[in-house]
Amino acid sequence: MSTSSTHHIPDTLVSPLAKRLKSWESLLLVVAVAIFIANCFASPYFLNAWNLSDATFNFTEKAMIAFAMALLIIAGDIDLSVASIIALASTAMGAAVQAGVGTPGLVAIGLATGLAAGAFNGVLVTRLALPSIVVTIGTMSLFRGIAYIVLGDQAYRGYPESFAFFGQGYVFWVISFEFVLFAVLAVIYGVLLHKTNFGRSVYAIGNNPTGALFSGIRVQRVRFVLFLLTGLMSGVAAICLTSRLGSTRPSIGFGWELEVVTMVVLGGVSILGGSGSIPGVVIAAFVMGMVTFGLGLLNVPGIVMSIVIGALLIGVIALPRLWSKLRWGA
Amino acid sequence: MLMQTQTQAETDPVTRPTPVLALDGITKTFPGVRALSEVSLNLYPGEVTALIGENGAGKSTMVKILTGIYQPTEGRILVDGEETRFPTAQDAADAGITAIHQETVLFDELSVAENIFLGHAPRTRWGLLDWAEIHRRSSEILTGIGAEIDPATRLRDLGIASKHMVAIARALSIDARVVVMDEPTAALSHKEIEELYELVDQLKAQGKAILFISHKFDEIFRIADNYTVFRDGQYVGEGRIEDTDNDALVKLMVGREVAHIFPERTPELGDEVLAVENYCHPTEFDGVGFSLRRGEILGFYGLVGAGRSEVMQSLFGITRPSSGRIRIDGEAREIASPADAVGAGIVYVPEDRGQQGAITAMPIFQNVTLPSLGRTSRSGFIRLAEEFKLARTYCERLDLRAASLDTDVGNLSGGNQQKVVIAKWLATQPKVIILDEPTKGIDIGSKAAVHDFMAELAGQGLAVIMVSSEIPEVLGMSDRVIVMREGRMVAELGGDEMTPETLVRHAAGIRES
Repeated sequence: MSTSSTHHIPDTLVSPLAKRLKSWESLLLVVAVAIFIANCFASPYFLNAWNLSDATFNFTEKAMIAFAMALLIIAGDIDLSVASIIALASTAMGAAVQAGVGTPGLVAIGLATGLAAGAFNGVLVTRLALPSIVVTIGTMSLFRGIAYIVLGDQAYRGYPESFAFFGQGYVFWVISFEFVLFAVLAVIYGVLLHKTNFGRSVYAIGNNPTGALFSGIRVQRVRFVLFLLTGLMSGVAAICLTSRLGSTRPSIGFGWELEVVTMVVLGGVSILGGSGSIPGVVIAAFVMGMVTFGLGLLNVPGIVMSIVIGALLIGVIALPRLWSKLRWGA
Repeated sequence: MLMQTQTQAETDPVTRPTPVLALDGITKTFPGVRALSEVSLNLYPGEVTALIGENGAGKSTMVKILTGIYQPTEGRILVDGEETRFPTAQDAADAGITAIHQETVLFDELSVAENIFLGHAPRTRWGLLDWAEIHRRSSEILTGIGAEIDPATRLRDLGIASKHMVAIARALSIDARVVVMDEPTAALSHKEIEELYELVDQLKAQGKAILFISHKFDEIFRIADNYTVFRDGQYVGEGRIEDTDNDALVKLMVGREVAHIFPERTPELGDEVLAVENYCHPTEFDGVGFSLRRGEILGFYGLVGAGRSEVMQSLFGITRPSSGRIRIDGEAREIASPADAVGAGIVYVPEDRGQQGAITAMPIFQNVTLPSLGRTSRSGFIRLAEEFKLARTYCERLDLRAASLDTDVGNLSGGNQQKVVIAKWLATQPKVIILDEPTKGIDIGSKAAVHDFMAELAGQGLAVIMVSSEIPEVLGMSDRVIVMREGRMVAELGGDEMTPETLVRHAAGIRES
């Protein structure tokens, strides 16, 4: 108070470097390097620039959604409808192709569909105060259901040649457009979460929504924007994936929501909200991409791959807990 | 102290029957707090004993001891004159003690009958639940207390009053000899209260001993046979209701020395900064209006549930009033969210620090700058150095004790957490600061610091609203006091009118005698 001797409080006692070394991201990086080395030994085809470039397609599209999903999960919500938004956006684009819409129009439709779907989720969650997991399980069926009604067992084809660039184009040598987009989005989301007031609000809401509200944060507005972003990113992923495949089927991107959530959680984002980072998600994307690619080179069937990914997720998450239990003897 | 000897003299031990339940010399300490200090309580068959005391006098602790939830640190519990112990709540129930709590613990998703018999349901020969018997006895008990409720109804479909009747039925389903009622009428309407009185009379006629805890004096005089008064965890007296009156009881309740020295201050009142007109809410408060000037400390006193916090939270934009207007510096403002309130210069330090006040899992500096990020950032981008600077300025002003500004708020003591919350709001440079029970649950040292700081803020021209249930704090700090009861402002007191007796009178709704 008004005492003469002012008590000085240091800003921080832990150096940023020490903090970083002890972080989840460092552990994950070690895992990533280990998998990389293992892959080098496992297959002679692994260390090839074009093969590695191909491998990035395993994760780039999912990772784009994962960035927005990371923010959403940190804020204490979740969106399980992302894969169905891909289907909806892709169907909308396919229908537009039949009507003769050109590439810029297709991109606009893909993004707009994603935004609209995200806004629909956001309104239900924030205005009607429904739990996001329930809302998005509902819209997961709803959005994909629309795609199935429109397409049945048909597929939309005939995308313009210039549209193929998003999923198949290369910017420089082996560097694909998708990979560049992934890198740019990683930086944008990293800055958004870690360097802006918006990102700080996301953490505050995830840690204690009541406390955030009582601190003057517009909680519902932030949550709504996060649903918008997740929808938008699903739209972006829909453009890339549709472009890469060159066609739209209603089953497009089926089951991706779980892979996206896996990537986010593997990246160290607490499923309960409140903590996590974008660098973690980036490393997790590489880990998952390399594991699937490495196993693919070894001709391991897809079902075994999902077993390995599941085991990896549980293993990496359980490891630090097991470690501290052993160390403290608890 | 004179009162105490007098009242005890009135109690002639020879003519009284043996108490069904007697608590003798009970002391209960928690780490750092002495909640009860050598208190006694006697409950007699067929009689209602009122336990009277201010908030925090130790009444609820006493109830928890006699229902086996807490263990006394010292003292004896006597059932029919024989010493016993209640290691668990089940042991107390087995001894025939049952309680109807302030906030009744019932299960919304279960049926009325299930709620009544949960934990002690009759079984069939095969060890399965005897549903026929459960429903038959539930109906019997409910009819017995005049409640027309179908035992098969799901609890969530009942109104609050009916739920209360279920809670009472549950208490009676255990063949109780002692019934504890902890503020049973708080949620009831006038008619329901009358029904409850009849029920209490019935229970008395059955020879049960009843402990009745209430803040409402009219109730106590209507229903109780005996009274016992606690103050600050100490026993101050007991006696027969017919031998006492309002004044004597109020004096026993509040007649303490002011142990704490409050800061000396000569208020310098400036212009009106906040004017609230006819603030109403469908259920919580009605017709609240007041004016506040720069440099003034306005106290809000009332019993728990009088609607004080609800009014403050609606001024802060948490709950929307159904009608009413706010003017700040003479200008009408619309406050639809806390963000609007902060923008208008009204900030709120809530009673519930852990949930509402601070984000405990985040570091001090981030908590402090959360509402001020607009000032520490540049076009939405965080500037850490600015944040630390702002946080340090206000934390040091409040003499916060912490290892570093990067420490999570959850690791601080209650008093230091409160300082973080206050620092957070001062950093927004508000016009009006509302403090809701600002010193609840914090140690004496921090308490004095918070009081000094409030005085300092008012001295600098900030308008302060303080909601408090502690009479010494209200009287020691406020320039003016508004007393609320049942959602309405019942008195506005200043100067010599501000005495413990007048506060209690207005808060409890006792007419001048």
